[in-house]
Amino acid sequence: MVGFVAFAAFVVFVLMLPQFVSDFKAREYAYVGIYLIALLGLNILTGYTGQISLGHGAFMAIGGYTTAILMAGNEQFGGPVSGGLQDIWTLPIAGLVAGLFGLAFGLPALRLSGLYLALATFAIAVAMPSTLKRFDELTGGGTGIQLFGLPELTGSNATATGDDFTAPATFDVLGVTFTQNDWMYYLAWSIALIGFAGAWLILRGRTGRAFRAVRDSETAAVSSGVSLARYKTLAFGVSAAYAGVAGGLFAIASAFVNPDTFPIALSIFLLVGIVVGGLGRLSGLVVGAIFVAFLPLWAQGQDLGSLLPDRIIQGDTISIPIIGDFLFKGTAAPGGPAIVYGIVLILLMFVLPNGVAGLFHRVGQAITSRRYSRSE
Amino acid sequence: MLASEFTDFMQQVVSGLASGGIYALLALALVIIHRSTGVINFAQGEMATLSTYIAWALIAHHAWSYWPAFAATLVLSFLGGVGIHRVVIRPVERGSVLRIVIVTIGLLVAINGFIVWQWSGEPQQLQGPFGTEVYDIGGVIVSASDIGTIVVALGIVLALWALFQFTKVGLALRAAAVNPNEARLVGVRVSWMLALGWGLAALLGAVAGMLTAPTVGLDPNMMAAVLIYSFAAAVLGGIDSPLGAVVGGLAIGVLLNMLSFLSQYDAFGWFTEELRLPMALLIILAVLLIRPQGIFGKPEVKRV
Repeated sequence: MVGFVAFAAFVVFVLMLPQFVSDFKAREYAYVGIYLIALLGLNILTGYTGQISLGHGAFMAIGGYTTAILMAGNEQFGGPVSGGLQDIWTLPIAGLVAGLFGLAFGLPALRLSGLYLALATFAIAVAMPSTLKRFDELTGGGTGIQLFGLPELTGSNATATGDDFTAPATFDVLGVTFTQNDWMYYLAWSIALIGFAGAWLILRGRTGRAFRAVRDSETAAVSSGVSLARYKTLAFGVSAAYAGVAGGLFAIASAFVNPDTFPIALSIFLLVGIVVGGLGRLSGLVVGAIFVAFLPLWAQGQDLGSLLPDRIIQGDTISIPIIGDFLFKGTAAPGGPAIVYGIVLILLMFVLPNGVAGLFHRVGQAITSRRYSRSE
Repeated sequence: MLASEFTDFMQQVVSGLASGGIYALLALALVIIHRSTGVINFAQGEMATLSTYIAWALIAHHAWSYWPAFAATLVLSFLGGVGIHRVVIRPVERGSVLRIVIVTIGLLVAINGFIVWQWSGEPQQLQGPFGTEVYDIGGVIVSASDIGTIVVALGIVLALWALFQFTKVGLALRAAAVNPNEARLVGVRVSWMLALGWGLAALLGAVAGMLTAPTVGLDPNMMAAVLIYSFAAAVLGGIDSPLGAVVGGLAIGVLLNMLSFLSQYDAFGWFTEELRLPMALLIILAVLLIRPQGIFGKPEVKRV
């Protein structure tokens, strides 16, 4: 009951938030929603089924590129897709395509567990950018696919094109005036909430119990008649589908994709986010999403070395250039933020092995159990 | 085959052995750490890069000459590896796999950040100690640096092998890795042995880094690709087998160069330089799927 009320309060909070924050912030919070969707998926795989994935950025890339290819349609590639698709309609397809890749990977991954699975998924995430560059007829190679100003991109028709972000675009949907950033926020978060509901439904039933059985002891699960192959593969497929949808939203929000939009850093940060936030619980996933979106920026605010604020605004996306920069480009980032980030990570693993949500839970339990425990 | 093709081929083999030697060193480091502590050290590449930067700083900023800087770097790296194990790894060794993975990732990020913070992300030059001469052996052009790399890599591997086989410390290291509880019973200080293992791994990484920098250029992400190739080598050879790591490293080095050589022929024309990394990853996946224990490893048996 408490959980339900808390969730309802959370939904209301999410829906009201854009009224109270600046347009710019709404865009940042939209990214939190996007990461939340990816983390919901990763949670099903790692939190519930116990399979470590260091490769979810690759599934996001698949979703993102699917969306971009479908939207750009014939114009750029003379390819088989004719015309462009309205952006939101590409999302289920992005999820489906990514989900299929997830299933395809889940099948051979049955033989792997623990560190070996982490290594294999790491391998996929590292290979993804190079592979995307290689198949350039489909993916646009190194330059990627531009979605700026395409009429299929909701809100783009009313606005500033190119790099002019000074005047936020506005457009009308169902008689309500949205700015483009608010629209992105609501799109991301409504899908996140739907995704959460979906995950909750999947996980509370038989499937969820089967997942947890697989995580807790494969031997026991098999002995109880739980098909490892079916549930492990299913977990991969579902979680990849979530990541694909998140990737598609990412492509829409950034209005472009290229091989560096989804670097290995992203996959790492997603796993980190979910462990730091706390596996399993929604509160943990939200904290994790905030962590993925903001800690790099917060760390950058610490005065270690020089601060380069214009670097932050330079890309169309807020977070990914920073993440990409200080893990694998290094030339513009001062490096100090990364040191902070790494040390914070290590300390969190020492102090909060169950993540921040674990902390909330313990605190919450301490409060409520005092209220409800009987005195003998 | 034409004579010129043959010499091309041999050149690719030799340079493949040289880069393979580097992969072998780093793969050996990964194997030592995995055998002793059960951890896959995602930060191994960054540790190697840090060591190389230290060597470079000694040479470029403090006017040390090469071999003294090399030796000092090895010592510092060894101590650093021991330190990292004691401070960062020991608290979480017994925890869940996920925790350990995150900790090594934290190390990766922090070390990479430190390098950029301290020395900037600009690429630097580190001259190798072998000079730039090339030798003509039966028509095959072989560079002194390739030969030097092969010699140093194999030399270090042999030295390590001798340490493990013939010294008390080596015996204790092996005992601690194979069966820590029984080793404790006979008086081996297991946790120090594990720290020693990390120190040796850091030392191997330092050598690998210093051999890589002259050809690839010194920058914070220098070892990223090498790390992946070394993962492939360790997995191919058997993640718990030191012999496998060395054989795997050499094999991967030669194999990748073979593919480059063959790409001039139509059948292999699809292989472009960009595919080197994905190819290594494909090898990782293929081995993990077909024979997860690698060539020399023993299959993991789960007891119910």
